[in-house]
Amino acid sequence: MTELLRAEHATKTFGPLTALSDLSLTIDERRPAITAVVGESGSGKTTLARVLLGLEMPSSGRVLYRGKDLRTLGTEARMTFRREVQAIFQDPYEVYNPFYRVDHVLLTPVRKFRLAMSAAQRRALIEAALRAVGLQPEEILGRFPHQLSGGQRQRIMVARALLLRPKLIVADEPVSMVDASLRATILTSLRTLHEELGISIVYITHDLATAYQISHNILVMYRARVAEAGATDGIVTRPEHPYTRLLIASIPRVSSERNWGAAAEAAAAGPGGAGCAFMGRCPEGGAACAATPPPLFRTAVDRAVACYRYREAPELAGADLGEVLIGRPGAPPPDPAKGREAL
Amino acid sequence: MRAVISYIGRNRSLLVGTVLLLALAAFVFVGALLVDTENARPLSVPILRPPSWDYPFGTDKTGRDLFAVMVVGTPLTLRIGFIAGFLGVGFATILAFTAAFYRGMTDTIIRSIADIGLTVPSLLVLILIAVSIRGSLTVNQMALIVASLAWLNPTRTIRSQVLTLRERGYVELAAMSGMRGPEIIFCELMPNLLPYIGATLVSSVSSAILASIGLEVLGLGPMEAPTLGMTLYWVNFYAAMINGWWWWWIPPIVIIVVVFLGLFFVTVGLDEIANPRLRRSA
Amino acid sequence: MSGAVLEVTDLCVSYAHPLGLVRAVDGVSFRLAPGERFGLAGESGCGKSTMALAILRMIRPPGRIDGGSVRLDGVELSSLSREAMRQLRLAGIALVPQGSMNSLNPVMRIGRQIEDALANHGVALPRKALNARIADLLSTVGLRGEVAAMYPHELSGGMKQRACIAIAICLSPRVIIADEPTSALDVVVQRQVMETLARVQRDLGAAVILVGHDMGLMAQFVDRLGIMYAGRLVEVAPVGTMVTAPRHPYTRALISSLPSLDRKGELQGIPGLAPLLRDLPPGCAFHPRCPLAAERCRREAPALRTAGEAAVVACHFAETAP
Repeated sequence: MTELLRAEHATKTFGPLTALSDLSLTIDERRPAITAVVGESGSGKTTLARVLLGLEMPSSGRVLYRGKDLRTLGTEARMTFRREVQAIFQDPYEVYNPFYRVDHVLLTPVRKFRLAMSAAQRRALIEAALRAVGLQPEEILGRFPHQLSGGQRQRIMVARALLLRPKLIVADEPVSMVDASLRATILTSLRTLHEELGISIVYITHDLATAYQISHNILVMYRARVAEAGATDGIVTRPEHPYTRLLIASIPRVSSERNWGAAAEAAAAGPGGAGCAFMGRCPEGGAACAATPPPLFRTAVDRAVACYRYREAPELAGADLGEVLIGRPGAPPPDPAKGREAL
Repeated sequence: MRAVISYIGRNRSLLVGTVLLLALAAFVFVGALLVDTENARPLSVPILRPPSWDYPFGTDKTGRDLFAVMVVGTPLTLRIGFIAGFLGVGFATILAFTAAFYRGMTDTIIRSIADIGLTVPSLLVLILIAVSIRGSLTVNQMALIVASLAWLNPTRTIRSQVLTLRERGYVELAAMSGMRGPEIIFCELMPNLLPYIGATLVSSVSSAILASIGLEVLGLGPMEAPTLGMTLYWVNFYAAMINGWWWWWIPPIVIIVVVFLGLFFVTVGLDEIANPRLRRSA
Repeated sequence: MSGAVLEVTDLCVSYAHPLGLVRAVDGVSFRLAPGERFGLAGESGCGKSTMALAILRMIRPPGRIDGGSVRLDGVELSSLSREAMRQLRLAGIALVPQGSMNSLNPVMRIGRQIEDALANHGVALPRKALNARIADLLSTVGLRGEVAAMYPHELSGGMKQRACIAIAICLSPRVIIADEPTSALDVVVQRQVMETLARVQRDLGAAVILVGHDMGLMAQFVDRLGIMYAGRLVEVAPVGTMVTAPRHPYTRALISSLPSLDRKGELQGIPGLAPLLRDLPPGCAFHPRCPLAAERCRREAPALRTAGEAAVVACHFAETAP
């Protein structure tokens, strides 16, 4: 079974708060791709990451790993799951146990997953992984976390993920707490992992610009739902959902032209009603928007939009976002040279 | 080692506490060389002599050499405290980690038992237990009685510390690296809590000593043993204060004060290690 | 030249750290014209937030202002008494701090906090006039009148930040210093807050110093931009010029490291690490990471020199570099 991970109508609520609503996504290992999940805080992107990683169980719907529900995985299957699906977290400070040297974070998976037979082999494996992300083992091993910079710590996390040769890495805002000048290095090493080892990456971020630079697909999330999803180029150059348009227009560009001058509309981020969550801020809107949240309409082979403006288009089969992303069955492989779908 | 000593030098509370306890240890050690410990038994020496060269602390009504009594009794009292303290905190640690890590029903049960236990006046329970044991108590039995209640409070406090650590990123990362529950508790959580557990231990020893002295003064302790608390019991029994035999009741009280001050300062000093925010900068 | 509303000359701030003296701000000078928007940009640890606090004379031990002068409308701030300086804060120079969540009193209603700010500066108005003034302030920043009766936790991040702006402008200051005012906010709300700040500033005729690290934000908001590195200003220029033709190697590296939304390209970083402020390299602080570094850079720290109109750069190669 090549379906690595499949979320089926996954919803997660914390008491009265809905953090994630009705998300369906299939990640197939035959067509690895980098998929960015973009949204503001509270949009549900972190919850999505945690649900995919099995750190939270969905309140309704389910998440399947190679066809088996995550909730019912046996011990051995769970180990395989952990081996194939790894994570890089946002905070490069919190993930280190201050009691141990940083070696601990690299030795633990090697030991637990039996990646090496002898101490010498272990060391060789770890040193190779560190070099692959641009770190010198002599400068890193034997140090305590507080002796290294945030950028170095985060790169060690990438090296750790690399050790396990997973099929999927879920990176939750991996560079937001790292200095701007180091972000490029870390993101580039993630992209290299994908290109050289065929690892799929789910890249959670609030920064659309970095998402544009390294990912093949983008999922735009708003208030626990996916507003728009599809190939990166299309989403950024021809956004269809009103929220995506607002998002792109609001990003301050580094240029001598003032594109920010356009008028901002009323803030009115009111509480969610029964209908579309974006209704209060949407410049367009009709009667249908107030009744129920819009389903995902497939407006192109590589685009899905949850907006009633596009109700002429067919609904996305099974609401499975995997259908419109690069990495979908029948899609040509992404062209690493262009970072987008080969035409 | 040098770093440890230099740190103790800077942590004033720890320094004072350590010095006091070391002084006490020196007293016991040197004292045992200077005096015949058999004289701590009754009917060994002439009674009611005030302090002199032969008997530096004088003698009591039953014919004990009080210097020998202090030299023998201090370690006994401390022993009760240490056994009870270690047992109590040891048990509490296991319960606390289990409750905090696994949560759910396990946590509810353990927490409820501790909470209910804490509402019962402990001295009362100890008295009841002590009274219902027929025959005379040994020092070790004393220790066990005190230990039986010493685990209640530490369970709660250690549990809350573990709860805060449990949410740390590195615990999640350990789970993602394939570590299982008990391993995470032992390898990831425990090391970070050692300073806190250490401080709890010292304060637990302190309370245990206090509890045991309390029981002994009431006459519920090991009658034969020349512990500090029992000495005070005899002081009361023979009305030493009214009779003006000051050499009998001053030494045990002074030693008890030194013990508690020493343990208190060590606890405060360890607290500073356990809680980095209290640390004065190097 | 007179006419500058704020004049900072050779400001030096240091912290006493057990492992060495930290020079957080090392001889920074700049002028602010009335109504101008000036940006102070740099990565974390470059000293920009310390600058903001130093201008307001809010540096506490172990930090210390070692020297230099700050003049507001010609008045030397270090010559003022503590009480006079306290009065000047908010009335002359106002601060919109980073992290609005933390700077509002969680147990006080918004209206009351504005009242407090006014009362602390001797504004004693009858109740009706006071309420009217508060309502007026809130509407200036785009908040509804009901917000005055609300507590901070009832407001969203953007609204809280706008409430902070309202407090900052309540006494019509001459200079507003905004320290990363939108770092905790998402992009859409950020735009609204910055547009509010822009409008407010124009209406008051106040000058703004925007401290931050988001170059895109700077490009869209400020008129002139100063780049700080390791406690020193390395380049100051009109923002349009700086974005299209940066002169300092650090500025160049910084701008080319920013991911754009228009073109896909190779992501670039800046090699090496920012230096520790207590252990600066000799000569030019940037030379270990600079592609143009030469022997002279190791020996001599470059001074800010004019390069082109209205621009100054601290680099030995400023004129010769293309």
